[in-house]
Amino acid sequence: MIPFSAQLVNLFAALLLLIAFAMLSQRRILSLINLFAMQGLVLSVSTLIVGLTTQQHHLYYSAALTLVLKVIFLPWLLHRLIRKLNVKWDVETMFNIPSTMLIGIVLVVFAFNLALPISQLSGTIIRSTLGIAMASVLLSFLMMITRRKAVPQVIGFLAMENGLFFAATSATYGMPMVVELGIALDVLVGAFIFGIFFFHIRETFDSLDIKHMERLKED
Amino acid sequence: MNPTDIAFQLAQNTLVVLAAPLLMGWVNQCRAWMQNRTGPGILQPYRGLVKLLHKDAVLAHDASPLFRATPYILFVCMWLAASLVPVLAIDLPLAPAVDVIALVGIFALARVFISLAAMDIGTSFGTLGARREMLVAFLAEPAMLMVFFTASLISHSTSLPTIVEALAHKEFVLYPSLAFASVAFLMVLLAENARIPVDNPSTHLELTMIHEAMILEYSARHLALIEWASSIKLMAYVTIGIALFFPWGIAEAGNWAAVPYALFVLVLKLTAAGFGLALLETLSAKMRIFRAPEFLGTAFLLAVLGMLVHFLLEV
Repeated sequence: MIPFSAQLVNLFAALLLLIAFAMLSQRRILSLINLFAMQGLVLSVSTLIVGLTTQQHHLYYSAALTLVLKVIFLPWLLHRLIRKLNVKWDVETMFNIPSTMLIGIVLVVFAFNLALPISQLSGTIIRSTLGIAMASVLLSFLMMITRRKAVPQVIGFLAMENGLFFAATSATYGMPMVVELGIALDVLVGAFIFGIFFFHIRETFDSLDIKHMERLKED
Repeated sequence: MNPTDIAFQLAQNTLVVLAAPLLMGWVNQCRAWMQNRTGPGILQPYRGLVKLLHKDAVLAHDASPLFRATPYILFVCMWLAASLVPVLAIDLPLAPAVDVIALVGIFALARVFISLAAMDIGTSFGTLGARREMLVAFLAEPAMLMVFFTASLISHSTSLPTIVEALAHKEFVLYPSLAFASVAFLMVLLAENARIPVDNPSTHLELTMIHEAMILEYSARHLALIEWASSIKLMAYVTIGIALFFPWGIAEAGNWAAVPYALFVLVLKLTAAGFGLALLETLSAKMRIFRAPEFLGTAFLLAVLGMLVHFLLEV
């Protein structure tokens, strides 16, 4: 019989996987961002529960960091971005969703099988969630591959980082290093977003502010 | 099997059949409130049934006996299905008769008959509705079975009372696999009961209707039976959902003293479920018919994921 807190973490892990699948099947960018924020929240709460049950104080910082960055800051940034780019209601055309989901299921089976021997080496109470963490990494990766537009790709990248973070927590209770690693990755992600942001501004000048550009040309 | 058990089974059967239109009325009333309408009141389905039962039935010239028999078959199937679900107490005399797979079979039987009857008259609408119903149903059925299998894997039995017993009266355990199964079940419930994202129960627009298209030729007592049957179907699905995912409060085997409390909890759960259903229907828009396979494919995949998660986390 596994303890209740571990059951709770297992439930949150399942929710994480569920959200990963929802993201894979989502066509609208706005809902995608909301799902991403929800995933961050689930991640933050599960990290907090792991921290509380195992008395690993650094996990509190990780949870707080996740909450601030992935639930509040990044979604806010992305919301602003899509409002500015005016792609809020964009419905993305992608490769048909049922086949993407089928590939997703295959990835989940693969990840679960792959994680089984690894998780037996680990000594944590929630080691069995490692499979889910790997599955959500692979699913986010799949999402990045199947999307054509930049914003969903960035969200896929951020979701992949969520999966990695969860993998670290479930396999080793998140080494103290992981906190630093998380911040470093987040900075990287921020840089990534801004890269896309600038790229997109350039693209937007072509499409949205075309008058502006034309006037420049005429001058 | 003692007389008390039999009496109790009969009481439950009667209760389920009589309360089903009330649940339908409650859902409609909640929807009306959420859409800023006054609504017809929760007793409206009963008024509709009484009105229909007083009218004279009109049958098409080419109607075969199948067309005439179908409403009765449908009603009996739904009644049987609804009375097999343990809603108040677990050990009912009828319960060992079928397991969850047979329960899915009963729904399938009803579906086959209503589709045949819809095609029997030979109108284009009937055929169209029957085909659409089959399109939705053949995708919903495996998803439903997978949901049941997930619950069966947890309780090591396909018998519904045993599943409920294992989930409700053993030590409280969180099952992540059931979280997936519940989402999948909700999607199947919406599709099977012709609710909003898949079908609109109150439309008569030829492009969108599925269930209504099949029963356009029915009138009077036949129509009343079909509508009653569809409200019993909704009741059956909601009670199956309650039994699988929120079974707490149900009376234990042989414990008749707990029945009044179980009844109270059941009413509370049904009220909440009806409200939730109405909320869901208000918030979502009806999707195109060709999106329905995608919707149900997602339900199936979620149910499969539930099983996978069960093997990963709960074994």
